[in-house]
Amino acid sequence: MIGLTHYLAVAAILFTLGVLGIFLNRRNIILMLMAIELILLAVNINLVAFSAFLGDLVGQVFAMFVLTVAAAEAAIGLAILVIFFRRRGSIAVDDVNRMRG
Amino acid sequence: MNLAPILPELILTVGAIVLMMVAAFMGRRGSALCSWASVALLLGASVTLLGEPQSAGALFGGLIQADGFGAFGKLVIYLCAAVAIVMAHNWFERDFEHAAEYPVLILLSAIGMSVMVSATSLISLYVGLELQSLSAYVLAAYRRTDDRSAEAGLKYFVLGGLASGILLYGISLLYGFTGTTQFEGVAAAFAREGTQSIGLLFGLVFLLAGLAFKISAVPFHMWTPDVYEGAPTPVTAFFASAPKVAAVLLSVRVCLDALAPAIDAWRQIMIFAALASILLGAVAAYGQTNIKRLLAYSSINNVGFALIGLVAGGVAGASAVLFYMAVYVVMTLGAFLCVLRMKDEKGESIEGIDSLSGLSQTRPGLALALATFMLSLAGIPPLFGFWPKLMVFNAAVAEGLYPLAVAGILGTVVGAFYYLKIVKVMYFDAPGRPLSKPGSAVESGLIVIAALIVSPLGYLLIRPLGQLTNNAAGSLF
Repeated sequence: MIGLTHYLAVAAILFTLGVLGIFLNRRNIILMLMAIELILLAVNINLVAFSAFLGDLVGQVFAMFVLTVAAAEAAIGLAILVIFFRRRGSIAVDDVNRMRG
Repeated sequence: MNLAPILPELILTVGAIVLMMVAAFMGRRGSALCSWASVALLLGASVTLLGEPQSAGALFGGLIQADGFGAFGKLVIYLCAAVAIVMAHNWFERDFEHAAEYPVLILLSAIGMSVMVSATSLISLYVGLELQSLSAYVLAAYRRTDDRSAEAGLKYFVLGGLASGILLYGISLLYGFTGTTQFEGVAAAFAREGTQSIGLLFGLVFLLAGLAFKISAVPFHMWTPDVYEGAPTPVTAFFASAPKVAAVLLSVRVCLDALAPAIDAWRQIMIFAALASILLGAVAAYGQTNIKRLLAYSSINNVGFALIGLVAGGVAGASAVLFYMAVYVVMTLGAFLCVLRMKDEKGESIEGIDSLSGLSQTRPGLALALATFMLSLAGIPPLFGFWPKLMVFNAAVAEGLYPLAVAGILGTVVGAFYYLKIVKVMYFDAPGRPLSKPGSAVESGLIVIAALIVSPLGYLLIRPLGQLTNNAAGSLF
Protein backbone atom coordinates (compact mmCIF):
# COMPACT_ATOMS: atom_id res chain seq x y z
CA MET A 1 0.00 0.00 0.00
CA ILE A 2 1.38 3.37 -0.95
CA GLY A 3 0.96 5.82 1.91
CA LEU A 4 1.65 9.46 2.58
CA THR A 5 5.28 8.78 3.49
CA HIS A 6 6.01 7.42 0.04
CA TYR A 7 4.73 10.57 -1.61
CA LEU A 8 6.67 12.73 0.79
CA ALA A 9 9.83 10.73 0.13
CA VAL A 10 9.45 11.13 -3.64
CA ALA A 11 8.86 14.86 -3.20
CA ALA A 12 11.89 15.18 -0.93
CA ILE A 13 14.07 13.37 -3.47
CA LEU A 14 12.84 15.57 -6.31
CA PHE A 15 13.42 18.68 -4.22
CA THR A 16 16.98 17.61 -3.41
CA LEU A 17 17.66 16.82 -7.05
CA GLY A 18 16.38 20.26 -8.00
CA VAL A 19 18.58 22.06 -5.50
CA LEU A 20 21.61 19.99 -6.49
CA GLY A 21 20.82 20.67 -10.12
CA ILE A 22 21.20 24.38 -9.52
CA PHE A 23 24.42 24.17 -7.54
CA LEU A 24 26.30 21.33 -9.23
CA ASN A 25 25.49 22.10 -12.83
CA ARG A 26 28.21 24.21 -14.46
CA ARG A 27 27.18 23.82 -18.06
CA ASN A 28 23.88 25.20 -19.08
CA ILE A 29 21.42 27.74 -17.72
CA ILE A 30 18.46 25.93 -19.27
CA LEU A 31 19.25 23.08 -16.91
CA MET A 32 18.92 25.52 -14.03
CA LEU A 33 15.46 26.53 -15.19
CA MET A 34 14.54 22.86 -15.37
CA ALA A 35 15.87 22.36 -11.85
CA ILE A 36 13.64 25.18 -10.60
CA GLU A 37 10.65 23.52 -12.26
CA LEU A 38 11.63 20.27 -10.56
CA ILE A 39 11.55 21.98 -7.17
CA LEU A 40 8.09 23.38 -7.85
CA LEU A 41 6.89 19.93 -8.97
CA ALA A 42 8.17 18.45 -5.73
CA VAL A 43 6.16 21.05 -3.85
CA ASN A 44 3.06 20.20 -5.87
CA ILE A 45 3.38 16.50 -5.09
CA ASN A 46 3.68 17.42 -1.42
CA LEU A 47 0.63 19.67 -1.55
CA VAL A 48 -1.59 17.21 -3.39
CA ALA A 49 -0.50 14.28 -1.21
CA PHE A 50 -1.22 16.24 1.96
CA SER A 51 -4.49 17.44 0.51
CA ALA A 52 -5.64 13.89 -0.22
CA PHE A 53 -4.40 12.65 3.12
CA LEU A 54 -6.07 15.43 5.11
CA GLY A 55 -9.25 15.39 3.04
CA ASP A 56 -8.85 19.16 2.63
CA LEU A 57 -9.19 20.84 -0.76
CA VAL A 58 -7.02 23.86 0.04
CA GLY A 59 -3.86 21.96 -0.86
CA GLN A 60 -5.12 21.23 -4.36
CA VAL A 61 -6.17 24.84 -4.85
CA PHE A 62 -2.70 25.87 -3.74
CA ALA A 63 -1.20 23.45 -6.27
CA MET A 64 -3.18 25.23 -9.01
CA PHE A 65 -1.73 28.54 -7.89
CA VAL A 66 1.77 27.09 -7.92
CA LEU A 67 1.29 25.71 -11.45
CA THR A 68 0.11 29.08 -12.73
CA VAL A 69 2.92 31.00 -11.12
CA ALA A 70 5.45 28.43 -12.33
CA ALA A 71 4.29 28.98 -15.90
CA ALA A 72 4.68 32.74 -15.57
CA GLU A 73 8.06 32.28 -13.95
CA ALA A 74 9.29 30.03 -16.75
CA ALA A 75 8.16 32.55 -19.36
CA ILE A 76 10.04 35.38 -17.66
CA GLY A 77 13.10 33.22 -17.09
CA LEU A 78 13.32 32.24 -20.74
CA ALA A 79 12.81 35.85 -21.83
CA ILE A 80 15.70 36.99 -19.64
CA LEU A 81 17.78 34.11 -20.96
CA VAL A 82 17.12 35.26 -24.53
CA ILE A 83 18.30 38.78 -23.66
CA PHE A 84 21.41 37.34 -22.09
CA PHE A 85 22.12 35.11 -25.08
CA ARG A 86 21.77 38.02 -27.50
CA ARG A 87 24.42 39.97 -25.60
CA ARG A 88 26.91 37.19 -24.98
CA GLY A 89 26.20 34.46 -27.53
CA SER A 90 26.40 31.81 -24.85
CA ILE A 91 24.26 30.29 -22.11
CA ALA A 92 27.05 28.49 -20.25
CA VAL A 93 26.91 29.00 -16.51
CA ASP A 94 30.60 29.87 -16.38
CA ASP A 95 30.01 32.81 -18.71
CA VAL A 96 27.76 34.56 -16.21
CA ASN A 97 30.76 36.26 -14.72
CA ARG A 98 30.82 39.92 -15.68
CA MET A 99 30.39 40.80 -12.02
CA ARG A 100 32.20 39.05 -9.21
CA GLY A 101 31.27 39.30 -5.58
CA MET B 1 -19.10 42.42 -0.48
CA ASN B 2 -17.45 45.57 0.72
CA LEU B 3 -14.46 46.47 -1.43
CA ALA B 4 -13.46 49.61 0.47
CA PRO B 5 -10.66 47.93 2.49
CA ILE B 6 -8.79 46.97 -0.68
CA LEU B 7 -9.32 50.33 -2.39
CA PRO B 8 -5.56 51.08 -2.74
CA GLU B 9 -4.92 47.75 -4.45
CA LEU B 10 -7.93 48.24 -6.71
CA ILE B 11 -6.74 51.68 -7.77
CA LEU B 12 -3.31 50.34 -8.62
CA THR B 13 -4.57 47.22 -10.38
CA VAL B 14 -7.00 49.02 -12.66
CA GLY B 15 -4.44 51.78 -13.23
CA ALA B 16 -1.70 49.30 -14.11
CA ILE B 17 -3.90 47.52 -16.64
CA VAL B 18 -4.96 50.78 -18.31
CA LEU B 19 -1.41 52.09 -18.41
CA MET B 20 -0.18 48.83 -19.88
CA MET B 21 -2.55 49.42 -22.77
CA VAL B 22 -1.35 53.01 -23.09
CA ALA B 23 2.23 51.78 -23.15
CA ALA B 24 1.42 49.16 -25.76
CA PHE B 25 -0.42 51.52 -28.11
CA MET B 26 1.53 54.75 -27.69
CA GLY B 27 5.01 53.28 -27.36
CA ARG B 28 7.72 55.76 -26.55
CA ARG B 29 5.38 58.76 -26.79
CA GLY B 30 3.47 57.40 -23.82
CA SER B 31 6.43 57.26 -21.47
CA ALA B 32 5.96 60.65 -19.83
CA LEU B 33 2.21 60.10 -19.52
CA CYS B 34 2.72 56.63 -18.00
CA SER B 35 5.32 57.85 -15.53
CA TRP B 36 3.33 60.75 -14.17
CA ALA B 37 0.05 58.84 -14.21
CA SER B 38 1.70 56.04 -12.20
CA VAL B 39 3.07 58.53 -9.69
CA ALA B 40 -0.42 60.02 -9.39
CA LEU B 41 -1.94 56.56 -8.89
CA LEU B 42 0.57 55.69 -6.19
CA LEU B 43 0.00 58.99 -4.40
CA GLY B 44 -3.77 58.55 -4.75
CA ALA B 45 -3.54 55.06 -3.27
CA SER B 46 -1.42 56.47 -0.42
CA VAL B 47 -4.04 59.13 0.31
CA THR B 48 -6.72 56.49 0.78
CA LEU B 49 -4.50 54.93 3.45
CA LEU B 50 -4.22 58.11 5.49
CA GLY B 51 -6.42 58.83 8.45
CA GLU B 52 -7.57 56.46 11.11
CA PRO B 53 -6.79 52.94 9.83
CA GLN B 54 -9.99 50.95 9.94
CA SER B 55 -9.51 47.33 10.86
CA ALA B 56 -11.72 45.56 8.40
CA GLY B 57 -10.88 42.14 9.75
CA ALA B 58 -10.26 39.16 7.52
CA LEU B 59 -11.13 39.53 3.85
CA PHE B 60 -11.60 36.95 1.09
CA GLY B 61 -12.06 34.07 3.50
CA GLY B 62 -9.05 35.06 5.60
CA LEU B 63 -6.58 35.46 2.74
CA ILE B 64 -5.67 39.06 3.58
CA GLN B 65 -6.33 41.52 6.33
CA ALA B 66 -6.53 45.29 6.01
CA ASP B 67 -5.15 46.50 9.33
CA GLY B 68 -2.95 49.31 10.59
CA PHE B 69 0.20 47.27 10.10
CA GLY B 70 -0.57 46.69 6.43
CA ALA B 71 -1.62 50.32 5.96
CA PHE B 72 1.68 51.62 7.32
CA GLY B 73 3.64 49.21 5.13
CA LYS B 74 1.68 50.14 2.03
CA LEU B 75 2.14 53.84 2.67
CA VAL B 76 5.93 53.48 2.82
CA ILE B 77 5.97 51.13 -0.18
CA TYR B 78 3.85 53.38 -2.41
CA LEU B 79 5.94 56.44 -1.62
CA CYS B 80 9.17 54.53 -2.37
CA ALA B 81 7.70 53.25 -5.63
CA ALA B 82 6.67 56.78 -6.62
CA VAL B 83 10.20 58.06 -5.96
CA ALA B 84 11.64 55.18 -8.00
CA ILE B 85 9.46 56.19 -10.95
CA VAL B 86 10.42 59.86 -10.66
CA MET B 87 14.09 58.89 -10.54
CA ALA B 88 13.80 56.74 -13.62
CA HIS B 89 12.08 59.30 -15.76
CA ASN B 90 15.16 61.32 -16.70
CA TRP B 91 17.44 58.33 -16.59
CA PHE B 92 15.59 56.37 -19.26
CA GLU B 93 14.58 59.46 -21.19
CA ARG B 94 18.20 60.08 -22.08
CA ASP B 95 19.31 56.91 -23.77
CA PHE B 96 16.64 54.31 -23.70
CA GLU B 97 13.52 53.63 -25.65
CA HIS B 98 11.25 51.41 -23.58
CA ALA B 99 10.54 53.64 -20.64
CA ALA B 100 6.74 53.38 -20.89
CA GLU B 101 6.62 49.86 -19.43
CA TYR B 102 8.86 50.69 -16.50
CA PRO B 103 6.24 52.47 -14.35
CA VAL B 104 3.73 49.71 -15.12
CA LEU B 105 6.14 47.08 -13.82
CA ILE B 106 6.73 49.14 -10.69
CA LEU B 107 2.97 49.39 -10.18
CA LEU B 108 2.55 45.61 -10.53
CA SER B 109 5.37 45.10 -8.10
CA ALA B 110 3.71 47.52 -5.67
CA ILE B 111 0.47 45.52 -5.87
CA GLY B 112 2.41 42.36 -5.05
CA MET B 113 4.00 44.12 -2.08
CA SER B 114 0.59 45.31 -0.83
CA VAL B 115 -0.56 41.72 -0.81
CA MET B 116 2.64 40.70 1.00
CA VAL B 117 2.20 43.16 3.86
CA SER B 118 -1.47 42.31 4.36
CA ALA B 119 -1.25 38.53 3.84
CA THR B 120 -2.68 36.36 6.61
CA SER B 121 -2.54 33.12 4.72
CA LEU B 122 0.33 31.14 3.23
CA ILE B 123 -1.37 31.23 -0.17
CA SER B 124 -1.64 35.01 -0.37
CA LEU B 125 1.88 35.27 1.04
CA TYR B 126 3.18 33.21 -1.85
CA VAL B 127 1.14 34.90 -4.56
CA GLY B 128 2.08 38.39 -3.34
CA LEU B 129 5.73 37.48 -3.10
CA GLU B 130 5.76 36.06 -6.61
CA LEU B 131 3.96 39.04 -8.14
CA GLN B 132 6.59 41.29 -6.59
CA SER B 133 9.49 39.03 -7.58
CA LEU B 134 8.42 38.40 -11.16
CA SER B 135 8.17 42.14 -11.82
CA ALA B 136 11.52 42.60 -10.10
CA TYR B 137 13.27 40.05 -12.34
CA VAL B 138 12.10 41.93 -15.42
CA LEU B 139 13.12 45.27 -13.91
CA ALA B 140 16.63 44.00 -13.12
CA ALA B 141 17.14 43.01 -16.76
CA TYR B 142 15.37 46.13 -17.98
CA ARG B 143 18.30 47.73 -19.74
CA ARG B 144 18.59 44.89 -22.15
CA THR B 145 21.35 46.36 -24.29
CA ASP B 146 23.64 46.37 -21.29
CA ASP B 147 25.72 43.28 -20.43
CA ARG B 148 25.59 43.79 -16.72
CA SER B 149 21.85 44.38 -16.61
CA ALA B 150 21.11 41.15 -18.47
CA GLU B 151 23.44 39.27 -16.18
CA ALA B 152 21.86 40.83 -13.10
CA GLY B 153 18.42 39.77 -14.31
CA LEU B 154 19.58 36.23 -14.93
CA LYS B 155 21.28 35.86 -11.56
CA TYR B 156 18.34 37.39 -9.75
CA PHE B 157 15.95 35.10 -11.56
CA VAL B 158 17.80 31.85 -10.91
CA LEU B 159 18.53 32.55 -7.25
CA GLY B 160 15.09 34.10 -6.71
CA GLY B 161 13.45 31.04 -8.26
CA LEU B 162 15.46 28.80 -5.96
CA ALA B 163 14.43 30.88 -2.95
CA SER B 164 10.76 30.74 -3.94
CA GLY B 165 11.09 26.98 -4.29
CA ILE B 166 12.61 26.63 -0.84
CA LEU B 167 9.95 28.91 0.65
CA LEU B 168 7.22 26.95 -1.08
CA TYR B 169 8.58 23.62 0.12
CA GLY B 170 8.47 24.97 3.65
CA ILE B 171 4.90 26.16 3.09
CA SER B 172 3.85 22.74 1.81
CA LEU B 173 5.29 21.09 4.92
CA LEU B 174 3.59 23.60 7.20
CA TYR B 175 0.31 23.00 5.39
CA GLY B 176 0.65 19.26 5.67
CA PHE B 177 1.53 19.18 9.34
CA THR B 178 -0.93 21.85 10.48
CA GLY B 179 -3.74 21.07 8.05
CA THR B 180 -4.36 24.73 7.24
CA THR B 181 -2.82 27.64 5.38
CA GLN B 182 -4.20 30.35 7.69
CA PHE B 183 -1.69 32.07 9.93
CA GLU B 184 -4.06 31.61 12.89
CA GLY B 185 -4.35 27.90 12.26
CA VAL B 186 -0.59 27.53 11.89
CA ALA B 187 -0.07 29.38 15.17
CA ALA B 188 -2.65 27.15 16.87
CA ALA B 189 -0.88 24.04 15.60
CA PHE B 190 2.46 25.28 16.86
CA ALA B 191 0.89 26.05 20.23
CA ARG B 192 -0.61 22.55 20.32
CA GLU B 193 2.35 20.50 19.24
CA GLY B 194 5.25 22.73 20.18
CA THR B 195 8.41 22.42 18.15
CA GLN B 196 8.67 18.71 18.82
CA SER B 197 7.21 17.86 15.43
CA ILE B 198 10.04 17.50 12.93
CA GLY B 199 7.73 18.29 10.02
CA LEU B 200 6.68 21.62 11.53
CA LEU B 201 10.26 22.50 12.37
CA PHE B 202 11.44 21.76 8.83
CA GLY B 203 8.59 23.82 7.43
CA LEU B 204 9.53 26.73 9.67
CA VAL B 205 13.19 26.61 8.70
CA PHE B 206 12.51 26.43 4.96
CA LEU B 207 9.96 29.24 5.16
CA LEU B 208 12.39 31.48 7.02
CA ALA B 209 15.20 30.61 4.59
CA GLY B 210 13.02 31.76 1.70
CA LEU B 211 12.12 34.98 3.49
CA ALA B 212 15.77 35.59 4.42
CA PHE B 213 16.59 35.50 0.74
CA LYS B 214 14.00 38.12 -0.05
CA ILE B 215 15.29 40.49 2.62
CA SER B 216 18.87 39.57 1.60
CA ALA B 217 19.93 38.54 5.09
CA VAL B 218 23.15 36.53 5.43
CA PRO B 219 23.57 33.61 4.51
CA PHE B 220 21.16 34.21 1.62
CA HIS B 221 22.59 37.55 0.52
CA MET B 222 24.91 36.42 -2.29
CA TRP B 223 22.70 37.75 -5.08
CA THR B 224 22.47 41.25 -3.65
CA PRO B 225 25.78 42.88 -4.66
CA ASP B 226 25.67 41.55 -8.21
CA VAL B 227 22.04 42.44 -8.81
CA TYR B 228 22.41 45.89 -7.27
CA GLU B 229 25.47 46.60 -9.37
CA GLY B 230 24.07 45.32 -12.64
CA ALA B 231 20.53 46.66 -12.50
CA PRO B 232 19.91 50.21 -13.81
CA THR B 233 20.41 52.70 -10.95
CA PRO B 234 16.72 53.67 -10.46
CA VAL B 235 15.84 49.99 -10.33
CA THR B 236 18.56 49.40 -7.76
CA ALA B 237 17.15 52.23 -5.68
CA PHE B 238 13.74 50.59 -5.93
CA PHE B 239 15.14 47.17 -4.90
CA ALA B 240 16.90 48.68 -1.92
CA SER B 241 13.74 50.36 -0.66
CA ALA B 242 10.21 49.10 -1.32
CA PRO B 243 10.67 45.33 -1.75
CA LYS B 244 12.93 45.28 1.25
CA VAL B 245 10.31 47.00 3.39
CA ALA B 246 7.65 44.59 2.14
CA ALA B 247 9.75 41.50 2.81
CA VAL B 248 10.80 42.68 6.27
CA LEU B 249 7.20 43.47 7.20
CA LEU B 250 6.10 40.11 5.84
CA SER B 251 8.74 38.40 7.99
CA VAL B 252 7.52 40.36 11.00
CA ARG B 253 3.95 39.25 10.46
CA VAL B 254 4.94 35.63 9.83
CA CYS B 255 7.20 35.46 12.88
CA LEU B 256 4.98 37.33 15.31
CA ASP B 257 1.69 35.91 14.08
CA ALA B 258 1.94 32.49 12.42
CA LEU B 259 5.09 31.35 14.21
CA ALA B 260 4.50 33.19 17.49
CA PRO B 261 4.31 30.07 19.69
CA ALA B 262 7.55 28.75 18.17
CA ILE B 263 9.50 31.83 19.21
CA ASP B 264 12.37 29.80 20.64
CA ALA B 265 12.85 28.07 17.32
CA TRP B 266 12.89 31.12 15.04
CA ARG B 267 14.64 33.41 17.48
CA GLN B 268 17.91 31.48 17.18
CA ILE B 269 17.74 31.60 13.39
CA MET B 270 16.98 35.31 13.34
CA ILE B 271 19.70 36.15 15.86
CA PHE B 272 22.21 34.39 13.65
CA ALA B 273 20.89 36.09 10.50
CA ALA B 274 20.92 39.51 12.19
CA LEU B 275 24.46 39.33 13.53
CA ALA B 276 25.86 37.69 10.40
CA SER B 277 24.23 40.35 8.21
CA ILE B 278 25.56 43.20 10.31
CA LEU B 279 29.06 41.79 10.35
CA LEU B 280 29.26 40.68 6.72
CA GLY B 281 27.60 43.84 5.46
CA ALA B 282 30.25 45.85 7.29
CA VAL B 283 33.33 43.76 6.52
CA ALA B 284 32.66 42.89 2.88
CA ALA B 285 32.04 46.54 1.99
CA TYR B 286 35.66 47.50 2.66
CA GLY B 287 37.24 46.61 -0.64
CA GLN B 288 34.39 47.83 -2.87
CA THR B 289 35.11 50.41 -5.53
CA ASN B 290 31.62 50.59 -7.01
CA ILE B 291 29.20 52.76 -5.09
CA LYS B 292 26.13 50.68 -5.98
CA ARG B 293 27.89 47.56 -4.73
CA LEU B 294 28.79 49.38 -1.56
CA LEU B 295 25.18 50.43 -1.04
CA ALA B 296 24.19 46.78 -1.55
CA TYR B 297 26.38 45.79 1.39
CA SER B 298 24.96 48.73 3.28
CA SER B 299 21.46 47.37 2.73
CA ILE B 300 22.54 43.91 3.96
CA ASN B 301 24.01 45.59 7.03
CA ASN B 302 20.85 47.59 7.71
CA VAL B 303 18.55 44.59 7.39
CA GLY B 304 20.59 43.02 10.18
CA PHE B 305 19.67 45.89 12.49
CA ALA B 306 16.00 45.67 11.56
CA LEU B 307 16.11 41.95 12.38
CA ILE B 308 17.35 42.77 15.89
CA GLY B 309 14.02 44.53 16.44
CA LEU B 310 12.20 41.48 15.10
CA VAL B 311 14.15 39.18 17.44
CA ALA B 312 13.08 41.35 20.38
CA GLY B 313 9.46 40.78 19.34
CA GLY B 314 6.40 42.24 21.03
CA VAL B 315 4.84 45.60 20.23
CA ALA B 316 8.04 47.48 21.04
CA GLY B 317 10.15 45.30 18.77
CA ALA B 318 7.71 45.37 15.86
CA SER B 319 7.30 49.12 16.22
CA ALA B 320 11.09 49.54 16.20
CA VAL B 321 11.33 47.51 12.98
CA LEU B 322 8.68 49.68 11.30
CA PHE B 323 10.41 52.85 12.44
CA TYR B 324 13.75 51.52 11.29
CA MET B 325 12.51 50.63 7.83
CA ALA B 326 10.75 53.98 7.39
CA VAL B 327 13.91 55.94 8.18
CA TYR B 328 16.12 53.49 6.29
CA VAL B 329 14.26 53.98 3.01
CA VAL B 330 14.63 57.75 3.27
CA MET B 331 18.39 57.47 3.74
CA THR B 332 18.78 54.86 1.01
CA LEU B 333 16.64 56.65 -1.56
CA GLY B 334 18.52 59.87 -0.77
CA ALA B 335 21.84 58.15 -1.30
CA PHE B 336 20.68 56.68 -4.59
CA LEU B 337 19.35 60.04 -5.76
CA CYS B 338 22.87 61.36 -5.20
CA VAL B 339 24.35 58.40 -7.07
CA LEU B 340 22.09 59.25 -10.03
CA ARG B 341 23.82 62.62 -10.16
CA MET B 342 27.19 60.99 -10.81
CA LYS B 343 27.62 61.59 -14.52
CA ASP B 344 30.67 62.48 -16.58
CA GLU B 345 30.81 65.34 -19.11
CA LYS B 346 29.06 63.27 -21.78
CA GLY B 347 26.17 62.47 -19.47
CA GLU B 348 27.22 58.82 -19.04
CA SER B 349 26.64 57.60 -15.52
CA ILE B 350 29.69 56.62 -13.49
CA GLU B 351 29.71 54.40 -10.45
CA GLY B 352 33.29 54.40 -9.15
CA ILE B 353 33.80 55.70 -5.65
CA ASP B 354 37.06 57.36 -6.74
CA SER B 355 35.11 59.64 -9.08
CA LEU B 356 33.67 61.28 -5.97
CA SER B 357 37.07 62.58 -4.91
CA GLY B 358 37.09 66.25 -4.00
CA LEU B 359 33.36 66.54 -4.56
CA SER B 360 33.13 69.00 -1.68
CA GLN B 361 35.04 71.54 -3.79
CA THR B 362 33.40 70.97 -7.15
CA ARG B 363 29.82 70.31 -6.00
CA PRO B 364 29.53 71.29 -2.33
CA GLY B 365 25.76 70.83 -2.13
CA LEU B 366 25.79 67.28 -3.50
CA ALA B 367 28.75 66.36 -1.30
CA LEU B 368 26.98 67.67 1.78
CA ALA B 369 23.81 65.72 0.97
CA LEU B 370 25.68 62.47 0.27
CA ALA B 371 27.77 62.92 3.42
CA THR B 372 24.57 63.41 5.44
CA PHE B 373 23.09 60.19 4.09
CA MET B 374 26.30 58.24 4.66
CA LEU B 375 26.77 59.44 8.23
CA SER B 376 23.09 58.83 8.93
CA LEU B 377 23.31 55.28 7.55
CA ALA B 378 26.28 54.77 9.85
CA GLY B 379 24.07 55.87 12.75
CA ILE B 380 26.14 58.80 13.93
CA PRO B 381 24.15 60.66 16.62
CA PRO B 382 23.18 64.14 15.55
CA LEU B 383 21.62 62.65 12.43
CA PHE B 384 18.26 60.91 12.37
CA GLY B 385 19.69 57.51 11.39
CA PHE B 386 20.84 57.17 14.98
CA TRP B 387 17.34 57.09 16.45
CA PRO B 388 15.94 53.91 14.84
CA LYS B 389 19.15 52.07 15.73
CA LEU B 390 18.67 53.19 19.31
CA MET B 391 15.06 51.96 19.17
CA VAL B 392 15.93 48.45 18.02
CA PHE B 393 18.69 48.15 20.62
CA ASN B 394 16.28 49.43 23.28
CA ALA B 395 13.74 46.81 22.29
CA ALA B 396 16.42 44.09 22.48
CA VAL B 397 17.64 45.27 25.89
CA ALA B 398 14.09 45.41 27.22
CA GLU B 399 13.74 41.75 26.31
CA GLY B 400 16.97 40.94 28.18
CA LEU B 401 18.93 40.19 24.99
CA TYR B 402 22.06 41.99 26.19
CA PRO B 403 24.67 40.01 24.20
CA LEU B 404 22.72 40.63 20.99
CA ALA B 405 22.50 44.37 21.64
CA VAL B 406 26.19 44.61 22.49
CA ALA B 407 27.20 42.65 19.40
CA GLY B 408 24.94 44.86 17.28
CA ILE B 409 26.45 48.03 18.66
CA LEU B 410 29.96 46.73 17.99
CA GLY B 411 28.78 45.98 14.46
CA THR B 412 27.75 49.62 14.02
CA VAL B 413 31.26 50.72 14.88
CA VAL B 414 32.77 48.35 12.31
CA GLY B 415 30.27 49.45 9.71
CA ALA B 416 30.91 53.15 10.28
CA PHE B 417 34.34 52.73 8.70
CA TYR B 418 33.25 52.44 5.11
CA TYR B 419 30.63 55.12 5.31
CA LEU B 420 33.31 57.42 6.68
CA LYS B 421 35.59 56.39 3.83
CA ILE B 422 33.18 57.91 1.31
CA VAL B 423 33.01 61.11 3.32
CA LYS B 424 36.80 61.17 3.43
CA VAL B 425 37.05 60.71 -0.34
CA MET B 426 34.65 63.58 -0.91
CA TYR B 427 36.11 66.01 1.59
CA PHE B 428 39.83 65.30 1.86
CA ASP B 429 40.95 63.97 -1.51
CA ALA B 430 42.11 66.16 -4.36
CA PRO B 431 39.32 66.91 -6.86
CA GLY B 432 39.25 64.67 -9.91
CA ARG B 433 37.32 65.20 -13.12
CA PRO B 434 34.25 67.28 -12.34
CA LEU B 435 30.81 65.71 -12.60
CA SER B 436 28.49 67.18 -15.17
CA LYS B 437 25.93 69.73 -14.11
CA PRO B 438 22.72 68.63 -12.40
CA GLY B 439 19.57 67.26 -13.94
CA SER B 440 15.96 67.69 -13.00
CA ALA B 441 14.61 70.02 -10.35
CA VAL B 442 12.23 67.34 -9.03
CA GLU B 443 15.17 65.13 -8.13
CA SER B 444 16.97 68.01 -6.46
CA GLY B 445 13.84 68.70 -4.45
CA LEU B 446 13.66 65.05 -3.38
CA ILE B 447 17.31 65.11 -2.31
CA VAL B 448 16.66 68.21 -0.22
CA ILE B 449 13.57 66.69 1.40
CA ALA B 450 15.39 63.43 2.18
CA ALA B 451 18.38 65.34 3.56
CA LEU B 452 16.12 67.45 5.77
CA ILE B 453 14.42 64.35 7.14
CA VAL B 454 17.69 62.67 8.09
CA SER B 455 19.19 65.91 9.40
CA PRO B 456 18.72 66.67 13.13
CA LEU B 457 15.43 68.31 12.10
CA GLY B 458 14.14 64.78 11.66
CA TYR B 459 13.89 64.43 15.42
CA LEU B 460 10.71 66.50 15.17
CA LEU B 461 9.20 63.46 13.45
CA ILE B 462 9.84 61.13 16.36
CA ARG B 463 6.46 61.71 17.99
CA PRO B 464 4.16 61.46 14.94
CA LEU B 465 6.12 58.65 13.33
CA GLY B 466 6.48 56.83 16.64
CA GLN B 467 2.75 57.05 17.22
CA LEU B 468 2.10 55.73 13.72
CA THR B 469 4.46 52.77 14.12
CA ASN B 470 3.13 51.97 17.60
CA ASN B 471 -0.44 51.87 16.30
CA ALA B 472 0.63 49.78 13.33
CA ALA B 473 2.57 47.33 15.48
CA GLY B 474 -0.29 47.21 17.99
CA SER B 475 -2.71 46.00 15.32
CA LEU B 476 -0.61 42.85 14.92
CA PHE B 477 -1.39 41.52 18.37
